[in-house]
Amino acid sequence: MSLKIIVLAKQVPDTRNVGKDAMKEDGTINRAALPAIFNPEDLNALEQALRLKDAYPGTTVTLLTMGPGRAAEIIREGLYRGADDGYLLTDRAFAGADTLATSYALATAIKKIGDYDIIIGGRQAIDGDTAQVGPQVAEKLGLTQVTYAEEILNVDEKNRSITVKRHIDGGVETVEGPLPIVITVNGSAAPCRPRNAKLVMKYKRALGAQEKAPAPACHPEGVSALSYPELYEKRPYLNIQEWSVADVNGDLAQCGLSGSPTKVKAIQNIVFQAKESKTLTGSDKDVEDLIVELLANHTIG
Amino acid sequence: MANYYTDIPELKYHLNNPMMERICELKERNYRDKEEFDYAPQDYADAMDSFDKVLEITGEITGEIIAPNAEGVDEEGPHCANGRVEYASGTKQNLDAMVKAGLNGMTMPRRFGGLNFPITPYTMCAEIVAAADAGFGNIWSLQDCIETLYEFGNEDQHSRFIPRICAGETMSMDLTEPDAGSDLQSVMLKATFDEKENCWLLNGVKRFITNGDADLHLVLARSEEGTKDGRGLSMFIYDKRQGGVDVRRIENKLGIHGSPTCELVYKNAKAELCGDRKLGLIKYVMALMNGARLGIAAQSVGLSQAAYNEGLAYAKERKQFGKAIIEFPAVYDMLSIMKAKLDAGRALLYQTSRYVDIYKALEDIARERKLTLEERQEQKKYAKLADSFTPLAKGMNSEYANQNAYDCIQIHGGSGFMLEYACQRIYRDARITSIYEGTTQLQTVAAIRYVTNGSYLATIREFETIPCSPEMEPLKARLVEMANKFEACMNKVKEAQNQELLDFVARRLMEMAADCIMAHLLIQDATKAPGLFAKSAVVYLNYAEAEVEKHCSFINSFNADELTSYRQ
Repeated sequence: MSLKIIVLAKQVPDTRNVGKDAMKEDGTINRAALPAIFNPEDLNALEQALRLKDAYPGTTVTLLTMGPGRAAEIIREGLYRGADDGYLLTDRAFAGADTLATSYALATAIKKIGDYDIIIGGRQAIDGDTAQVGPQVAEKLGLTQVTYAEEILNVDEKNRSITVKRHIDGGVETVEGPLPIVITVNGSAAPCRPRNAKLVMKYKRALGAQEKAPAPACHPEGVSALSYPELYEKRPYLNIQEWSVADVNGDLAQCGLSGSPTKVKAIQNIVFQAKESKTLTGSDKDVEDLIVELLANHTIG
Repeated sequence: MANYYTDIPELKYHLNNPMMERICELKERNYRDKEEFDYAPQDYADAMDSFDKVLEITGEITGEIIAPNAEGVDEEGPHCANGRVEYASGTKQNLDAMVKAGLNGMTMPRRFGGLNFPITPYTMCAEIVAAADAGFGNIWSLQDCIETLYEFGNEDQHSRFIPRICAGETMSMDLTEPDAGSDLQSVMLKATFDEKENCWLLNGVKRFITNGDADLHLVLARSEEGTKDGRGLSMFIYDKRQGGVDVRRIENKLGIHGSPTCELVYKNAKAELCGDRKLGLIKYVMALMNGARLGIAAQSVGLSQAAYNEGLAYAKERKQFGKAIIEFPAVYDMLSIMKAKLDAGRALLYQTSRYVDIYKALEDIARERKLTLEERQEQKKYAKLADSFTPLAKGMNSEYANQNAYDCIQIHGGSGFMLEYACQRIYRDARITSIYEGTTQLQTVAAIRYVTNGSYLATIREFETIPCSPEMEPLKARLVEMANKFEACMNKVKEAQNQELLDFVARRLMEMAADCIMAHLLIQDATKAPGLFAKSAVVYLNYAEAEVEKHCSFINSFNADELTSYRQ
């Protein structure tokens, strides 16, 4: 049995280690100060997809991501680990999307891809923490969904069904659902495998159309010439496919800012300002007092 | 998140050595693989970029998987059940990650599934892995045994075995026996040819076999009945799928707990001959050991780096008498010399690996076509340099790893004696490096002929002609004086024409040569990258100068008659 799997992945600012300049004056994220990374739980999702590919030869894994031109990096990271190909949804009209517009765009692209058995993504992205996109994609496509997945236990070819272990409060449960299906994966699932040496060497020059375009002269680093331009004709897999709103037959009104009913009411810029440092000894009392204090101000609990 | 490659800029510096251009050109046969293999490099720049990216993968796996597992692996260790080895759970995870990342069979040709990497970037990976878990380093690095099978096995063996190693199966080299340690000529494991089965059968016992339950073994055995010396030994390939070799026990060791050291029992184990009969020890094991020695040198440098990192972090953090202890001269003295030995030893390691790369690549080309006269001369030159540098790299780096691990604990004070800190594991793990694959004393035996035949001195004199930066000039002038002292000592000992005296002071002469060579390499490095190496060049030269003076003083005032006071 071979499966067709689409992995939903997002490039996010690394919000796990934020410094004082992580936010701009207006309260939006200062993307320049934070490195752009593969959303961690999307990596867990990719691993589940790759395990299915290992188990069922002939299975294909396709990445789908939405973002600016540089988000092609997400596709490359997927290719380095064993994905077969990927699509980058990129268009100014997609910008400023909330979860509704994002899931609309993704669902539209998935319809364009057409042939799929499993759509899998991380539970949530670390920049928004909504956990809404996966479920909304399922609703828009009219598919069953399994959220908080920890492990795909089995795929039954005859009955076209899938068995998934999912994380619930205080334990796990095993559920079964029909294919095609949408699955969102929890961070407690297996970590993603490392990049593979041969695949990195094979795909390291894979670029999206925007990345391939020469940088304008005003760009601080100047014009960057494309190295080995002839390779892109000889090796089609080095061209990462980019899709605009028109390419996926999207309705402009439902995309990006215009398709996003979410309105930000206010942004509070909270800055932790530690006035003084505290020196603790290793004594039980100091440790205990610290725990009590952290519990009292809800830092832990 | 730690990346054991990108966090150490010295590694990239050594990767970018200009000799790499020639190495890549030879290894890639002018980049002929690019049409056939989608992961082959287009040109030199592309090859170097690929090495860099693969080292980054190794550094990431080491930082995120191997390093966090190291403490658990050290505690849990492998187990022996039903004649088989079960790795510690962390070891299994480490190996799985390395295999999935495609980091096995790195140096093998692409037609067998390898990456066709030169020895130098492979050795860097070995150093990186060992810095986090030296014991796991053994299991992973034993893949370089495949070099020997590639060099001496036939096409049929290549096609059956090499792809399996590239796919992640592990190897071992079964040499040592209870009565044949340093003296491998006394190996007794019996190989008899079975006419009915049309194969060789192995019977006997091997001891102290690292990763003894590996998938593929290279076995040294006595194929010539009635012989007693090295000329009766041949090399065999034992495939675990054939069965016949069981693990009797796993040794309980001071360090490198993750690496299973096995006692093996061979009962009619089917094996096949690798290469020609009778050349097992005198040719094939010598080649195998040279590769393994470079591997231990890399492991030692990794351990030195780990010791330095732990010592530095503790010294910055630990406060006594109202300030961080790193501010006390007694402490920064220790740290600076650790760093200098690390930088010097690493420079020697990669200089050696580059020599090995050039001569091995040419040797491999010679299997395809006749070498030109220039190529033959080049091959000979670098083979000799590699042979002379390998015992220095192994001998000096393993001693430095031990010294650095000792100082690392010293910096930690009482805490260093407690098992909670990583430094004690580094100390235990480092201890074996100056013993296995030939003790330092045996490295000296291998090195001394290059002292007496003037090879080291010639190399040192050649280094003296390489221009250096104005800042390094005064150091170089002192270094010339050091070389003069080495030359004088060497001549004095040679003139005495007393073999026992030569053997007795051999270690000192070898160290004098190594000190001069490493100081030169550091001066060259500090000329090219003063930000990385200028401090170490100064510190190391001060240290090496005093070392040379010490040995010189000893040899000058030593009277051969005094040997009677030493004999026990």
